[in-house]
Amino acid sequence: MIKALVAIFLASILTENYILNKFLGICPFLGVSKKLNTAAGMSLAVTFVMVLSTAVTWPIYTYILVPNNMVFLQTLVFILIIATLVQFIEIILRKYIPSLYKSLGIYLPLITTNCAVLGVTILVIEKGAADPSFGYIHSLVNAFGAGAGFMVAMIIFSGVRQRLESSDIPDFFKGLPITLIAASIVAVSFLGFQGVVDGLLNQ
Amino acid sequence: MTEIFFPVLIVSGIGFTAGLVLSIASIIMNVPKNEKALKILDVLPGANCGACGFSGCEGYANALAKGKSNPGLCAPGGDDVATKISDILGVNNKKMDQKVAFVMCGGNINCTDKKATYVGICSCAAAMQVHAGSGKCSYGCIGFGDCTKVCKYGAISIKDGIAKIDINKCVACGMCVKACPKNIIKLIPLKNQAVVNCSNSDKGILTKKACKVGCIGCKLCEKACNYDAIHVENNLATVDAQKCIGCGKCRDACPNGCISIVKCN
Repeated sequence: MIKALVAIFLASILTENYILNKFLGICPFLGVSKKLNTAAGMSLAVTFVMVLSTAVTWPIYTYILVPNNMVFLQTLVFILIIATLVQFIEIILRKYIPSLYKSLGIYLPLITTNCAVLGVTILVIEKGAADPSFGYIHSLVNAFGAGAGFMVAMIIFSGVRQRLESSDIPDFFKGLPITLIAASIVAVSFLGFQGVVDGLLNQ
Repeated sequence: MTEIFFPVLIVSGIGFTAGLVLSIASIIMNVPKNEKALKILDVLPGANCGACGFSGCEGYANALAKGKSNPGLCAPGGDDVATKISDILGVNNKKMDQKVAFVMCGGNINCTDKKATYVGICSCAAAMQVHAGSGKCSYGCIGFGDCTKVCKYGAISIKDGIAKIDINKCVACGMCVKACPKNIIKLIPLKNQAVVNCSNSDKGILTKKACKVGCIGCKLCEKACNYDAIHVENNLATVDAQKCIGCGKCRDACPNGCISIVKCN
């Protein structure tokens, strides 16, 4: 059981990285990765929202939508719940951690439309449908791992961008073009992790 | 009929529950907004330049509303904004000292030479890393215009290889002071006064080798002044703006012509 959970956690960071392998959540990946501290703060908020929304959407899907044959409502209901949770977190942060609330600024409400969050909630349910042993705990660990993977990608890329700032780039590549090229190269490097997790745990 | 009825019921049920939770949460965890701060924020220029020493207009407004700061720190707003803030806070109006930024270097391309040719990133901060810039004078303006880039008011231009500030456009926000890697831009009171167009504190003979219009610390200005307003410290003349009236005697006395007079209306 624990071995399986560790495998899920590591896999969702390395081989199923939501940014670098599934290409979800590219907006904050390009928008907030300029500075290390905002990148880390954003990733923490996203991780929090991912785990919380999976914790709420999984039971609603399994115990309300599936018995009533209303699986087609999945996307609609999930977006509704994610939006509510983001608003809820915003209220809590404004009250108790105003400094983090201020530094995240506009990016906090934008988590609502972060496709990585919706992606996690939908993909864990797909995994559960394919493999019945993939239950609630597994889904939560997967969501947490996805958040951690998001953070790893953001932090690595903020380092890359800081190097880009001080390098001599041809005029026509300056700004977004070189950022996208750098992002693709980082993504290719993550392809190298294919099979690493299975290899580690099956020794 | 039931095919559409149940989905609508479920979605609206979840929506209603979510709305209920959110509205209860926003009542329980309500953060009272400071009305004074909002009013002050409306009065402030909104340039977020940071001249007041706070993180932006919002930070300054919050500090004012809490009574932790004084009206009159907003340089771009000037007296007008200071009066309005004082009215909102109900305190006595404090007039502010108007200031202006000034580049303490007059060594343009006609007066000084290069010690080397700099090829690289066109920014003063970068050129500063390579033997403190390419000019012969290691104190002088590099002239790549880091100050021009940060000036939101278009007050700084590069003329003959050095930065010049238009005192009619300058609002003394101090962004250029922070941006200059040589620290040769200073905020001085906006009044008629003499200013020394040099920051070189080397000995006179070294200054003379580097630049034709550098201050050599000869003290002729000190002797010419009737108001005890100009003194030579560290081989460099400095003006005491409180005492200086801008009569121009020091300018006439200076053998290198590195003193000029600021005139304002």
